Amino acid sequence: MKLLRFFLIVILLFPLNSLNAVENNKRNEITKNLRCLICQGQSVYDSDSEFANSLKIVVDKKLQEGLSEHQIYEYFKTKYGEWILYDPSLNKNTYILWLLPILIFLIGGAIIYKSFIVKK
Amino acid sequence: MMKNKILPFLVIIIFGIVFFIFYKSLEDSKIYTPDVNTKKEVPVFNTKEFFSGENLKSSSIFELDKVYLLNIWSSWCVPCRQEHPLLMNLNSENKVNIIGMNYKDNLKNAENFLIELGNPYKEILIDLDGTLAIEWGAYGVPESFLIYNNEIIKKYVGPLNQGLVDEINLLIK
Repeated sequence: MKLLRFFLIVILLFPLNSLNAVENNKRNEITKNLRCLICQGQSVYDSDSEFANSLKIVVDKKLQEGLSEHQIYEYFKTKYGEWILYDPSLNKNTYILWLLPILIFLIGGAIIYKSFIVKK
Repeated sequence: MMKNKILPFLVIIIFGIVFFIFYKSLEDSKIYTPDVNTKKEVPVFNTKEFFSGENLKSSSIFELDKVYLLNIWSSWCVPCRQEHPLLMNLNSENKVNIIGMNYKDNLKNAENFLIELGNPYKEILIDLDGTLAIEWGAYGVPESFLIYNNEIIKKYVGPLNQGLVDEINLLIK
């Protein structure tokens, strides 16, 4: 009987717990990509300021409303602008940021190709 | 042989450009300055009224063709205490309807704050967990929004001072 009760408790607790964990993971993932605007160099996830704490509640609410990660980012973008996102999208203000590493990589590759492979 | 001479030059030029970009951005301010001039619509929200505890809808607060100043405040916020006399003055001139938003506060403390310093607000909304302030795109307390025709004309982050009050008076003329 005791064993049965034990198993019943485990079965009842387990799915709820894991559901909660999934939601928290999602929330953490999103808040890690949001900049805490009033802190210096901290994400919303890292910060414990009033602003960041409220933002975490809003993210939770939006997740409960069934919004996708992308929709939540869009929501914060309309409220606070592009700056709140750590992962900026590709547009005319950010194209250097995105293309420079690729360009440098290609030039580096060309140098290696010229000096090592062609010489042989 | 020509190619071998171009390559070092190219590398130096690229490093030069990268150095220049980084050097330039050293002078930039690292403190985020929010965009205060963007015109945005007043958000849609539901909340409770401070004194009566009744439900309030955003549409019933802001009427067209009237100027409103939404002020986010809190009893624990020291700069709010400094700007409060300015709000009292602004209210006595009767040119703008001041709406308060009580941010993450203990309601008893907030009431004492108003008893001590006066109540310039036509209506006060309650924002217990700070989510309503996020809806407005606010950063914290104090913060003020000048509203006309359901549009946010201007946003003031931080406490108001006499200069800013003069600016508000100019804007609402």
